[in-house]
Order: sequence, then structure tokens, then C-alpha cells
Amino acid sequence: MRQVAIYGKGGIGKSTTTQNLTAALGEMGKKIMIVGCDPKADSTRLILGGLAQKTVLDTLREEGDDIDLDEIMKIGFKGIKCVESGGPEPGVGCAGRGIITSISMLESLGAYKEDLDYVFYDVLGDVVCGGFAMPIREGKAQEIYIVASGEMMAMYAANNISKGIQKYAKTGGTRLGGIICNSRKVDNELEMLKAFAKELGTQLIHFVPRDNIVQRAEINRKTVIDFDPTSNQADEYRKLAKAIDDNDMFVIPKPMTQERLEEILMEFGILDVA
Amino acid sequence: MPYKNFKNGVIRMNAEKAMEKILDSYPAKVMKNRKKHMLIKKSDEKQEITANTRTIPGIITNRGCCYAGCKGVVVGPLIDMVHIVHGPIGCSYYTWNTRRNKGKATRGEKNFLHYCFSTDMQESDIVFGGEKKLRQAIKEAVEIFKPEAITISATCPVGLIGDDIHTVAAEAEKEYGIKVVAFSCEGYKGVSQSAGHHIANNGLMKHIIGTGNDEKIPYSINLLGEYNIGGDEWEISRILTKIGYNIISTMTGNGSYERLKNAHNADLNLVQCHRSINYVADMIEKKYGTPWLKVNFIGIQSTIETLRNMAKYFGDEDLIKRTEEVIAEELADIKDEMEYYRNMCSGKTAMLFVGGSRAHHYQDLFKDLGIETVLAGYEFAHRDDYEGRDVLPHIQIDADSRNIEELHVEKDEKRYRLYLSPEKLEQLKKEMPLSNYEGLIKASKENTVIIDDLNHFETEEFIKALKPDVFGSGIKDKYVIQKMGVFSKQMHSYDYSGPYAGFKGAVNFARDISAGIFTPAWSYVVPPWKKEPLLEASMVEKEVG
Repeated sequence: MRQVAIYGKGGIGKSTTTQNLTAALGEMGKKIMIVGCDPKADSTRLILGGLAQKTVLDTLREEGDDIDLDEIMKIGFKGIKCVESGGPEPGVGCAGRGIITSISMLESLGAYKEDLDYVFYDVLGDVVCGGFAMPIREGKAQEIYIVASGEMMAMYAANNISKGIQKYAKTGGTRLGGIICNSRKVDNELEMLKAFAKELGTQLIHFVPRDNIVQRAEINRKTVIDFDPTSNQADEYRKLAKAIDDNDMFVIPKPMTQERLEEILMEFGILDVA
Repeated sequence: MPYKNFKNGVIRMNAEKAMEKILDSYPAKVMKNRKKHMLIKKSDEKQEITANTRTIPGIITNRGCCYAGCKGVVVGPLIDMVHIVHGPIGCSYYTWNTRRNKGKATRGEKNFLHYCFSTDMQESDIVFGGEKKLRQAIKEAVEIFKPEAITISATCPVGLIGDDIHTVAAEAEKEYGIKVVAFSCEGYKGVSQSAGHHIANNGLMKHIIGTGNDEKIPYSINLLGEYNIGGDEWEISRILTKIGYNIISTMTGNGSYERLKNAHNADLNLVQCHRSINYVADMIEKKYGTPWLKVNFIGIQSTIETLRNMAKYFGDEDLIKRTEEVIAEELADIKDEMEYYRNMCSGKTAMLFVGGSRAHHYQDLFKDLGIETVLAGYEFAHRDDYEGRDVLPHIQIDADSRNIEELHVEKDEKRYRLYLSPEKLEQLKKEMPLSNYEGLIKASKENTVIIDDLNHFETEEFIKALKPDVFGSGIKDKYVIQKMGVFSKQMHSYDYSGPYAGFKGAVNFARDISAGIFTPAWSYVVPPWKKEPLLEASMVEKEVG
């Protein structure tokens, strides 16, 4: 069982990427579970066809510790098992602790079945406290992928997340598997992210181009793979899935200084005015 | 006398040696830090000490937390309030009467002292916030116990997840028409329990003191910083009532919300424990004009001095006469017993590491027994408790202290009252500690080791060097000390005994100390210094040639 965590700046498209990626892996016949680690609980909507998912924490709150696994786990596209950790309403309680609670809950309920090929953790964009580092902190996810784009703040966040991975890599077995570019059509984006990934000591595992079909699929509560399997974008996600399935490059990242990060941006981001 | 001088010289030498050895054992940074927390009293010098700073991580300290200081020490003893702890059950359990603060309802109040109220926070309360559960706890407490007032004390997780306990308190106050006071005394605040005392003082002043409408009564006093451990307050109030004083309120041992409301009516405030209650004393003086007198009801001579100072303050001939009569009566009652114990204990030595006041107060009682205190230290005191209040303007406020609100009160024009003219007050200030405290250093004898935030390592080293007959401390080090063959008396809880205050209390103390020192048990323990070599040396081969 490979346990994979997807991190990245808020709004970068982690959930969309994760669900399209897992849909493609599902197509390949892999057995997958997605654990949404975001209080907004929107990590599995496309796989479940918009089905409102009851979160682990809601269930825990309403029914106490005596929960059956099938109350919180729903099966979606290609048999993908979906769980949402959920969390408190904004401004109340501790969402980070919530993630820890719900992952422990899933473990004790036996959600981590031997026959699973993949468990994906889709984690809230800003790792604001220790709770959100849970998937990497306690060695749950061995591999991390960071979703980024050529935008400054996305790369800044990716660099910061690498600092977290570096910290926990020493105690656990967590490694960075690569950077996934979710393109924003920024100038020179591919080259910039390749250089950025290289600097971190990792790879740009796939460049996902920007395509409006993703948006159309989302409106229809579907992944692109499900919505239009013959589209180019569906193939892009299949390529990403294949790259991750075949990946054998797992590293402890070498996060860079702010100055170095800005240098890379200068080098690749500023094009000659044509 | 020459022998005594010789003995003092030996004690001083041993103390200096022990101090040197302790400091030498520390890494340079720790040494530099700890050095400033200890001194040997010299009367011809103005001595400074560092206090109320963070304990170095890794050092085994006896200190408590902010919540312990607020709920456990100051707020908890008020008998007629339901004290709800908002937090996990452990925090509630360990402040559940563990200080042995006793209380009896004597004026028709309710008494909830023996209950333990807790929201028993669980994991889901941490995740989703605990306010709902707190509201429910208040509702249940109101329905079952119908209290006049409730306190809410915050524990660490409450601060971490940001439950707004003050809003919950304000809403509950409106809904049930009773007083509800919340204290943000999360354990992690400040450097010791002292932060909690301050927070508790602020809450009492802001929300309770001055809200009562009782008529003024003559010869009225408040007893501040007395927590009725083992019944101390009962003995003190017995004496004061016998003389003719009217105790309006005690803060807070055996005290109550009903009485505390009218504390602004007193003619004089007595401050027993300066550290834990000086903020209230100071604020009452600023707001209502009532001065405070630093008292000590621990020890016979200090009790007598306190009673005489009080009588002098009121300046009433009958009261002065009555005071002397009571003193004579009380002394006659205990004379024989005290003499018996004094004969047993005379010449013994003691070490005291307790509180922010007790290491001073109990020196006086030991003195009554002929026991000399060779080391005195505070767990959580500030510099003014060591050096006296003169040092207050010179204390640098660090970030830890700045985190605790400094409450500023204004003069209450309507109720501000001076019992004595400012001139008379100034004159009396020269004769007694009125609105002043001179501190532990001044109260201690020449050559006494004064030490702040004494730790376990230092405790052991000083015991080996000074070999006291009794060590007054707390539960955290008691059995370490006794395993070293030295009788240890818990000065926080009195080990199931008490009262030790006033005249009758002094006899109880004398009996317990004598029994402790003279129990044959100590002869069965071989302390380290009886098996460790006194001198360490190694053979060096002499070079020939």
C-alpha cells in the first residue's frame, strides 16, 4: 500500500488534481482510498458525483465513538473509497486536532485494508499547525507530491511545505516524490518549475496543462476521466497517474532561501519583451 | 556566644562551599543564570536577587502553573461559589481540595467546597470547541446547586482552541441573573503559579469587590492572603473576634462571595501572603482608600506584634487594652506546652523552601521554638518579596509578566474613605509595615542562604552541606528529603495537620515538628554523607629523577 499526501498552496487545484489522478489510477485497476483532510470537506465531490459525504468528525460528534466504517466511507467512481475528515465550523475549536482524531479513527476502524494499492491524503492548503502535518508527521504518508504553478506564491508555498517535509523526513520515512504543475499559463512556466524542482532536489513529475474541460467536468460533478474519457486532458491525467505509479525518485527536499527562490523567478519569469 | 559564632561560621562556610559546588556542576549558561538566584545574607550590603523568571528547561523545579495559582490557590477556596474548571478532568482533579483549604458556611451561605466541577473536555470538544459544553455545565450547576455565583477557570487547551469563556460568562450572567466570572488562567501563562494569582486578583477586583451594599461596621478588617490551610483562618479569626474586630471578608480561605462583595467597607486590610494578594490590597487602597498592613500570624511573637500594630492603627484605648488582655490570656494557655517543645527543639536547624511568603513567615515560628533557619527560598516570589517593595520601581518587566494584564483602578469618589488622616498614616508608616513589605532578605538572619526557585539537585546539595534537622517544603520533594534521613514537613498542606497559625496553632506546629524530628525512623536511614567519602583524592605517582 502506497500512502500519498498531496500538499500545495490553497486554491492551486489539489482536490481537482487528486481526484483526476485517482480516477486515472482507478481506470488502471488500482484500489484506492482518498482521505480528505480539509475542514471544508470537498476533496471527494468529483469521485462521488457530488454526493454529500458525512464526515468522520460529524459522525463522531453525533454518534460518539461507536461508528461503523460504512457510515463514513462512500464508494465512488471506479470503486474509489472516499472519506472526509471534516472539521469544526470556522473560528471554533481546533481543526488540526480534528485531522489527527479522524485519521486515528480510520485506523481503529480498519479502513486501511491490506488490498488497497493507494491511500491519498488531500490536505488543506496552508499547513497552519501540527495537525495538518499529521499525514507526514507520523509517517502515515511515505510520499508527498506538491501541486504548484509558475506563480510566485505557489512556489513560495511549495518551498515552505518542503521545509516541513525535510523536518519530518529525519524522524519518519517521508520523502518528496515530485512537483505536479497545475498550469496557470504563466510565462515560461514549464522551464521555471523544472528549475525549481531541480533546486529542491526533486523532479517535475508532470506538467498538467490548463484546459477548460476541467471546469466543465467539475460543474457536472465529475472528473475529466469520467466526464470525457477521450479528451486530451483525460490523457494528461493518465500520464500523471502513470508517472506516479512508476515513480522511483523519492528524496528529502532541500528547501531554498527566499533569495534563491526569487533568483529563479527572475531568471525564468522575466521574458524579453517581444 | 563564642560557640554560636563558631557554629554560624561553619554554616556559612558550608553554604558557600555548597553554592560553589552546585554552580560548578552546571554548564556555563545555567551557572550564569542560577548564580543570580541565590545569595548568602549579609546585613551590611544591599543585596539583589533574580526572581520570577523562567525556569531553565531540564531543571526539576517545584513550581506550579498559572491555572494552579488562579483556581487552585486564590479562587478555589471561596466556599459559596461553584468553581467550574473548563478543561480536561486531570486539571480539575488536582485542584480539588488538594491544598487543604477548609471552609465552613457560617452566615447562611452555601458551601460547595467539597465538590469538583469540571467540563471534562474530551477530544471532540477540542476539535469542535468547548463553549457548548461550558454553557451546559453552567446550566446544570445552576439547576442543581442554585449558587449565587460561579467562576470559570481556563486550562491550557481552552486557550489553544480559543474558547471565548468571557462571552459565555457574560451570557450566563444575563440568563441566570447570578454572578459569573471567567478567568483566562491557562496553565502555560507566565513563569509560575504567580501569574495565576495576578489574574485571580484582577477578576475579584473587577467583578466582585465593591458590588455589595452592606452597611459599614466599626473595627472592620479584611484578612487578605490567608487560605485557611488546615484551619489557620479559624484560629486567626478566633483571636481577632475575641479582641473585638469584625472580619468582613477573608481572601480567600473560608471566604465567600457574599462577604467578598462588601470588602470595600473595611477600615483596614491585613495582608498575610503578600505575593498572592498584594494586587488586590493595592487596588483597594487606590480605589477605596483602605490601607493595608503586612501581618504575620505564623509564630507567637509575630502574632503578638501584628495584634499590637493593628490596635495601634485603630488607636482605640479600649481596643489596645483588650489586645493586651487577649495576648496575656492566650500566652498563659500555651506557655507550658510551648516551653516543653522549645526545650526539645532548641538548637536545631531548619531549611525552608515554600511559597512566596511562607519561607519568611515560618522562620518566625521556628524562632519561637529555638530553631534556626539556615536556608530560605521561594518557589514563585518576585523580587519585592525578597528585597522589599522599595525595589518595585526598579523591576524590569519582561515579556512573561507583560502577558498578564495590569489592572488600573480609579478612585471611587463616592466611596473613597480615609480612616486615618494622611499625616497620621505617614507617621504610623514609620512604626509598622503599613502598605509596605520589607521582604524575606531583611527578615532573615545573617548568613542565611536565600534562594529562588530551588531545584531538586540544589536541594540535595544543600541538605548534604547544611544537614538541617527539618526541611519545610512540599509534596514534590518531601520523600526525596526523607530518604536522605531528614524530616520533611509539607508547608503547603501541613501533612494532614494544622492549624499552625496564631497561638493554639503554634502549639500544634511545635508538637508536629518535635514528633517529626525525634521519631526514631531517621536512625534507620543512612544519608549519603554518612557513606560518601568526605574528601576525594587520587594517588599520583611521583616522578623520580
